[in-house]
Amino acid sequence: MSTRIPKWADVVLIPILSLFLAFALSALVVLWIGENPLDALVIIVRGSIGSAYAWGYTLYYATNFIFTGLAVAVAFHAKMFNIGGEGQATLGGLGAALVCLAFEWPHWLLAFPAILIGAAIFGAAWAAIPAYLQARRGSHIVITTIMFNFMAFALLVYLLVHVMKAPNSMAAETRAFPPGTHLPTAHEMLAWFGITFPKSPPLNVSFLVGLASCLAVWVLIWRTRLGYSIRAFGHSETAAIYAGISPFWVIMISMLISGGLAGLMAVNTVAGEAERLLIDSVQGAGFVGIAVALIGRSHPFGVLLAAFLFGILYQGGVELEFEMPAVSREMIVVIQALVILFTGALDNMVRIPLERFFAQIRRPVG
Amino acid sequence: MQGDNIPPAIELRGICKSFGSVRANQNISMSVESGTIHGIVGENGAGKSTLMSILYGFYRADRGDIFINGQMAQIRDSRAAIDAGIGMVHQHFMLVDDFTVLENVVLGAEDGLLLKQSLLKARTLLTRLADEYEMSVDPDAKINDLSVGQQQRVEILKALYRQAEILILDEPTGVLTPSEARHLFRILKGLRDEAKTIILITHKLKEIMEVTDTVSVMRQGQMTATVKTADTNPDELAQLMVGRKVLLRVKDKAPVKAGQVVLEAKNLSMTDGRRLKNVSFSVRQGEILGVAGVAGNGQTELLEVIGGMSEGSGTIRLNGREIELSGGHANARQRRKQGIAHVPEDRRRRALVMDFCAWENMVLGYHGDDLYNFNALFMNNSAIRSDSQKRMKAFDVRPLLPESTGRNFSGGNQQKIVLAREFSRSPKLLIVGQPTRGVDIGAIEFIHQHIIDLRNAGAAILLVSVELEEILSLSDRVIIMFDGQIIGERETSDTDENELGLLMAGIEGRRE
Repeated sequence: MSTRIPKWADVVLIPILSLFLAFALSALVVLWIGENPLDALVIIVRGSIGSAYAWGYTLYYATNFIFTGLAVAVAFHAKMFNIGGEGQATLGGLGAALVCLAFEWPHWLLAFPAILIGAAIFGAAWAAIPAYLQARRGSHIVITTIMFNFMAFALLVYLLVHVMKAPNSMAAETRAFPPGTHLPTAHEMLAWFGITFPKSPPLNVSFLVGLASCLAVWVLIWRTRLGYSIRAFGHSETAAIYAGISPFWVIMISMLISGGLAGLMAVNTVAGEAERLLIDSVQGAGFVGIAVALIGRSHPFGVLLAAFLFGILYQGGVELEFEMPAVSREMIVVIQALVILFTGALDNMVRIPLERFFAQIRRPVG
Repeated sequence: MQGDNIPPAIELRGICKSFGSVRANQNISMSVESGTIHGIVGENGAGKSTLMSILYGFYRADRGDIFINGQMAQIRDSRAAIDAGIGMVHQHFMLVDDFTVLENVVLGAEDGLLLKQSLLKARTLLTRLADEYEMSVDPDAKINDLSVGQQQRVEILKALYRQAEILILDEPTGVLTPSEARHLFRILKGLRDEAKTIILITHKLKEIMEVTDTVSVMRQGQMTATVKTADTNPDELAQLMVGRKVLLRVKDKAPVKAGQVVLEAKNLSMTDGRRLKNVSFSVRQGEILGVAGVAGNGQTELLEVIGGMSEGSGTIRLNGREIELSGGHANARQRRKQGIAHVPEDRRRRALVMDFCAWENMVLGYHGDDLYNFNALFMNNSAIRSDSQKRMKAFDVRPLLPESTGRNFSGGNQQKIVLAREFSRSPKLLIVGQPTRGVDIGAIEFIHQHIIDLRNAGAAILLVSVELEEILSLSDRVIIMFDGQIIGERETSDTDENELGLLMAGIEGRRE
């Protein structure tokens, strides 16, 4: 029954129509508060992709969403709904910070792999407990990962207030990381090739890791035996058992990979931007990752595009808030929510009429 | 019997229904005389279910008209169908397990706010019907506690309570023992004599011959014939269904060459000890051991324990070597390594990942084999593709498209994919459950032949089926399961359907 609409329509047309509907409704919201939606659109587009400066911020945000989106996508291939990206990324930030603060790193090239590994291991470890509870005890992963988000935040607050706080600071944050852990920004990296790029955007080398992760996840899911087992289990647990695939290991490994990817997200914000561990270094990216994976249909390439879209919405939203005072921060969240609603949750609203449409135009031929 | 001026109970004129590009019903016209039992036969996907769904208001026809008792009817939903006097007994019962019979009968047809009145009315009706048609069921029993045959009677009572004059039964005997089936047919004949009209959808030609007055044959969305049952025979019907001549019986198979014992099971139980209890038997090389029994008497569990999907206790020896029944090595992968191939009963949930392509399904369970992998991590997808293409060709899977998803194949072709995967690795032992369930007649012949070929090649085969005919025509020896135990063993040449039917119902056969 999957042949009711052509593949191109499924992959391209449905997301575009959904986005269009979301933007149409958002336009009504903007109209309602007495502003011109077209002006708002121009501000968003110019503010997010209209200049090198804007690109720098958009891609920085997109990097966060690539990691958390991939995290949700990998788990989703095993039918695990990992809502815990937020908590796993929080722990990933802790892991990254511990590595950075461990000693005086001589050079970022040495520090960077260690930071990645530290962040991934901490994120994976935080996912391991809910995964084990699901695999052995049947405790629902959605419930446990949500609880682990709260625990992660509480743990971070405790550590930043009582254990890791910088000695002479009033804020709940660690001391600044040593200079040897400074990750090259887009400004610095492009300068190696003689290209000038604005200095202030926080876009850094983590973005490249994000792109590599997309490729790695694609290979994992569609080219490895593990990916085959994950997909078989995700589509049909009964058939997977028949094939001799152990549900326990598939759940554990897919969740560890998922948690590790979520943990990597924090490398971008903690080591790449703040260069110290702050209390809100994840900023909801873990939750946005769910929407990104939904819109991206759990495909790494789709996740990449969806992450970019959300990067635009974030950066464009900041500009909009700045240039259109009538549009508050909450209003921008509403617009983002509409996009999530239409592309993620209301998929069938577009799909079913489209199926009818294709059935209509095919009838005379078939 | 009928006077010429009585309009037909149901008349369909030019019914068309398409799903996308699939034309499920093409210009179907049919008329069902009032007070008769009308059979509809056809292979899976012939359009029987679609047609009945239109009649019962689940789907709406793209074109065509329905006349009930000579009057044009608009059947928009099942409520309208009930109002028009049409009742349906679904293949999978629509009953609330925790409710009593009475509550189920009344459910959805309560008069007024308080239940008491309706329950009283239903109780009176139930007692009356019980007398009239041997349909005795305890009105206060919970559905959970009833046998499948009794549950089906509740479904019929539900329809009668709603004053159905036309009763549609969809594959009603699939879950019944032969004696329960005969009981059902007595009920249906009784209803017909009360001038009710019955439509019987089935793929079992024997039943058609036994109870129907008229039979319509469907093939590929079209109605190919409607004939008086008395004027036809099973071979002709089969030919009408498939569109060519079919062999209903397996070609004479060579007598069994008594080989050595391959599988020996002793005191085999499922770990919970309830659904499979202390089963002992053996299967020899070149032998097909049939396992007969009504569905749900431990056969599924037997296959799962041998196949390594559930833990068990007792002992199994394969060629003399003991197999671990619990712990880390009790899984399907180990069983395959030991030379056990498994065609599971539940094709859609077990044997195939319906969302996988054919080529991905073709290595399910064997995806760790060296042939399909570059190394410990990476799979060799192109090798799998070309290998699958070969296997699909050898087993005549249609369409021959390895990229097509599992669910896009018909039941018969899905089963051929499973057989191509499991048969072609020359297993020592093949365990196979319901090999032809939901498979069209043309493919049944093919599947049976391949099972025989594998036996002749020296494999030991354990065949579980609820179709007695299948068991009798394929197996060399039969064991009969009832309530998780083996209650009898017979040589196939030495028994018949009646004796097996009794045993399946739990009545120990007496042998002189």
